[in-house]
Amino acid sequence: MKKLLLASAAGALLAGAASAEEIKLGVILGFTGPIESLTPSMADGAELAMKEVSDSGKLLGGSTVASVRADSTCVDAAAASAAAERLITSEGVKGIMGADCSGVTGAILNNVAVANGVVMVSPSATSPGLSHANNEDNGLFFRTAPSDARQGVVMTEVLMEEGIKEVAVTYTNNDYGKGLADSFQAAFEAAGGSVTINAAHEDGKADYSAEVGALASAGGDRLVVAGYVDQGGSGIVRAAIDTGAFDTFHFPDGMISAKLQENFGDEIEGSTGQHPGTDSPGATKFSELVGDSFDATSPFTPESYDAAALILLAMQAAGSSDPAAYKEKIMDVANAPGEQIFPGELGKALDILAGGGDIDYVGATAVELIGSGESAGNYRQIVIDGGKIETAKYR
Amino acid sequence: MDLLNALVALSNFVIIPAIAYGSQLALGALGVTLIYGILRFSNFAHGDTMAFGAMLAVLITWLLQSMGVSFGPLPTALLALPFAILGTMALVLLTDRVVYRFYREQKAKPVILVIVSMGVMFIMNGLVRFIIGPNDQRFSDGERFIISVREFKALTGLKEGLAIKTTQGITVVVAVICVALLFWFLNRTRTGKSMRAYSDNEDLALLSGINPERVVMYTWLIVAALATTAGVLYGLDKSFKPFVYFQLLLPIFAAAIVGGLGSPLGAIAGGFVIAFSEVTITYAWKKVLKYAMPESLEPSSLVQLLSTDYKFAVSFVILIVVLLFKPTGLFKGNSV
Repeated sequence: MKKLLLASAAGALLAGAASAEEIKLGVILGFTGPIESLTPSMADGAELAMKEVSDSGKLLGGSTVASVRADSTCVDAAAASAAAERLITSEGVKGIMGADCSGVTGAILNNVAVANGVVMVSPSATSPGLSHANNEDNGLFFRTAPSDARQGVVMTEVLMEEGIKEVAVTYTNNDYGKGLADSFQAAFEAAGGSVTINAAHEDGKADYSAEVGALASAGGDRLVVAGYVDQGGSGIVRAAIDTGAFDTFHFPDGMISAKLQENFGDEIEGSTGQHPGTDSPGATKFSELVGDSFDATSPFTPESYDAAALILLAMQAAGSSDPAAYKEKIMDVANAPGEQIFPGELGKALDILAGGGDIDYVGATAVELIGSGESAGNYRQIVIDGGKIETAKYR
Repeated sequence: MDLLNALVALSNFVIIPAIAYGSQLALGALGVTLIYGILRFSNFAHGDTMAFGAMLAVLITWLLQSMGVSFGPLPTALLALPFAILGTMALVLLTDRVVYRFYREQKAKPVILVIVSMGVMFIMNGLVRFIIGPNDQRFSDGERFIISVREFKALTGLKEGLAIKTTQGITVVVAVICVALLFWFLNRTRTGKSMRAYSDNEDLALLSGINPERVVMYTWLIVAALATTAGVLYGLDKSFKPFVYFQLLLPIFAAAIVGGLGSPLGAIAGGFVIAFSEVTITYAWKKVLKYAMPESLEPSSLVQLLSTDYKFAVSFVILIVVLLFKPTGLFKGNSV
């Protein structure tokens, strides 16, 4: 009896200590590298969720959340793994919001996160290779972005509706580009279209006229550029316009940013594209919440908010910031049943969870986790109209 | 059969880009070959000298643009070019004074000078990245096209379009002017003649009273001008990125060796040989052949010998073949 009392007293002390803790979350994104123009607002999005939770004072009895940023470089697996190692071992983060590009995300997951048992929620890694059907990730990996297998199907639908049956495809030579190009080719051919060429391009070259020469030779009604806007993708589009090889393009998510509009404007009039996005009320609420502090509509920024929010809500549901405990709860808080939670309502959600209730986190991107923990996916279809990126519709 | 369209497609994707690229390589290879002929070593720092010169031109262009100076339809970078050349001349004279002269006085073997030039390369490489950063920089302005695809199609009514970029036109014109000036200088002026004499036979040249330090200085000055011009033209035509110049070193050396090291004429020929082989071997010929062949023979595949990823491999292979079978190059230069 005495022992039990002592143990519970010690437990209470520990719990007391835990309640005052400052929980650190890692934000690993490519602040340098091929998507560096996207990442600042992604990090801001994630940190907005952390601030909202800290300010509410309701997480695990008043814990606060601090963000620790690190650079994934998007392309260098060794640098990204080292950054993640540092966050986990010396900063002691309890979860990672990231990484961004599929290659480095896989590297961090396999080399660092699984070994240390830390949860990762990526807002933007979309390679089909990251769908862990057989629990290779020990249930530690989640993503608020859909797999590219899904994006390939959506792309096919967009192009088919435009009446385009023959396309040339070029992709950036890495996990993201290859995964997306292959899944698109499979979906497009299954739907009766034909892909004249499916060729890789390397990032960081000064001149893409040779690549474009091959693409032009193969021909097609439209060129699908599965690349990065800050890198080879823009180079390919520039060379294709200059040589008159193609004048309309189709852009997947890596190409769509304000930079695309700035680089080409009305030279790519009539081009189409899609990137993850939604017209659910969550998106508007997120924009209102953000106000003018950063660009809330930039790709993957709402996903980043949701990724950070999911980690924190799962901690509350599990009553612990221990990754081994809260990893089980991420699917529960993300999906029905329960009360729907939109951006700006994290405080309310924490209350419900503390009271033992159930929530269905909708967030900024209508989060619905399927399979081994990845978003089912909503896409915003865009068209270049009058030199501007305009929303065609959501699907 | 539609030979006209075939010809236009061929010019648009092969001939015009290869001529522009070949001119840029030729200017680069001329610098390498001059150093080899007169200073007797392979200058690995040449690519980064080009990057340094181009970087100066970019910075000066930005300065001119911010002052509202422009060159009409031509890129402002052409106005910046003379200043950039002066800056690069100062840099190479400084490296010669601080680094190379020491080894020259030691009568160091060429292979030691090659290693020394690699050291210089890394320092210049770091210097450029330190000043302007490793990223892409855009500095071209003015008219983009001499003739664009749309204009060409409207003008001729052909199915295929042809585009000639202003930068491609400028590249060829500037390269021709540079080469003409260089040959006039080497063949007609006293200094040029003394440089050639020094290159042919060092001892004899010294005996006849030629001042070696003067020859070396003029060589560096000319090399700096050539390197900067090549660097700026490449940057204008493609885009300025420091690392790309380092990668250019391979095709430039291939061009110089194929032509025959030490032979200026060979460097120019080598530049075009390398450029045309790189482009034609990695080009997918389907489009051209579709126009040029009778319908029954039309190819269904891409007819691409090598994927474009292997562009640099082409210059490697040519380099090896030349070294194996004709080590002195096409124009009887020195063997390596």
